[in-house]
Amino acid sequence: MNAESFAAIAALVRTRSGIVLTPDKGYMLETRLAPILKREGVASLDMLALRLRDIRAERLARDVTEALTTNESSFFRDGKPFDHLRRLLPGLMAARAAGHRLRIWSAACSTGQEAYSVAMILSELGMRQAEILGTDLSREVVEKAREGFFTQFEVQRGLPVQMLVKHFRQEGARWQVRPELRAMTRFEERNLLGEHRSLGRFDVIFCRNVLIYFDPPTKGRVLNALAAQLAPDGVLYLGGAETVLGLTEKLMAVPGERGAYALAR
Amino acid sequence: METPTTCLVVDDSRVVRKAARRILERHGFAVREAENGLLALEACRAELPRLVLLDWNMPVMDGLEFLNAARAEFGPERPVIMLCTTESEFDRIVLALAAGAQEYIMKPFDDEIVTGKLVQLGLLAEDVGP
Repeated sequence: MNAESFAAIAALVRTRSGIVLTPDKGYMLETRLAPILKREGVASLDMLALRLRDIRAERLARDVTEALTTNESSFFRDGKPFDHLRRLLPGLMAARAAGHRLRIWSAACSTGQEAYSVAMILSELGMRQAEILGTDLSREVVEKAREGFFTQFEVQRGLPVQMLVKHFRQEGARWQVRPELRAMTRFEERNLLGEHRSLGRFDVIFCRNVLIYFDPPTKGRVLNALAAQLAPDGVLYLGGAETVLGLTEKLMAVPGERGAYALAR
Repeated sequence: METPTTCLVVDDSRVVRKAARRILERHGFAVREAENGLLALEACRAELPRLVLLDWNMPVMDGLEFLNAARAEFGPERPVIMLCTTESEFDRIVLALAAGAQEYIMKPFDDEIVTGKLVQLGLLAEDVGP
């Protein structure tokens, strides 16, 4: 692939998702886009870049963006935020009016493992009166998250076996999240760079391992938009390698809790 | 130096035992091998390991028989027993858990699955990458 083609595809992805693909990601383009080349009968990434110049190639542009922005996920990924959530929720609920429905947002939810992990925690805390919203840029992963089917490989990533038999049912070679948990969740397509005011306020927001792909001004913009949807005593979880320092004044780290952030006072 | 965590890998396939050994040794575990449940029981009597990675279908004595015998002889907690088997039916998993297994891996497995389960069992620190 020549540098011009790489730049063209990277620009397309950046415009649509905000995600910055640095030139060292050439190998990733090749592996992730190979299925699209095959499907479209396109011989090379250079040819694909040419085809994407056509503004009518909307579906293709969307598929390419999805293929390059979908990330692997696992249940209870990086366990610490979930341990913190377990400790946080009882106090948070106690501070709410009776009958309050907890609202939790899994921003950039990928195939739903994070949202369902939260659902399992809520279920085990006896807090089933809750709404968990999962959103992702990719229509494909949102549909998969909604169905709640996972492969044998996927259900063994991060998920203790006791939780597997308690919260999933087996269907052939796949495992599906039980209806009680799925009833607590809702999944929709949403661009993190868009407007989120219509979503209302959340008690907890997860937005992990996404900001790393954005440039600093975009990171700041997304963090401010998330902070605007967070309840005054709510918590935002970021990935272990992510920070708010120098990006926004609206959030501050929760002392001693890696990845947990609260609204700045 | 810290005492290494001990693990007994029980599987009638030498290839599987080697694959498991490679992953466990990378994490600093001291690994022994047994090719069926009976030999595994003898190995446990000689020295009780911290963890047993246990196949189900084996000649002489299968995994479930070993599990029952080990729980009767050594008690409910120790050693930590993690099935690692092609048996992937819901009922089989529930059966093994009811018999006292703490974890369960459905084959085929990879490094990430094994490492993740070891972290969940508290046998490895969380920051250890696959």
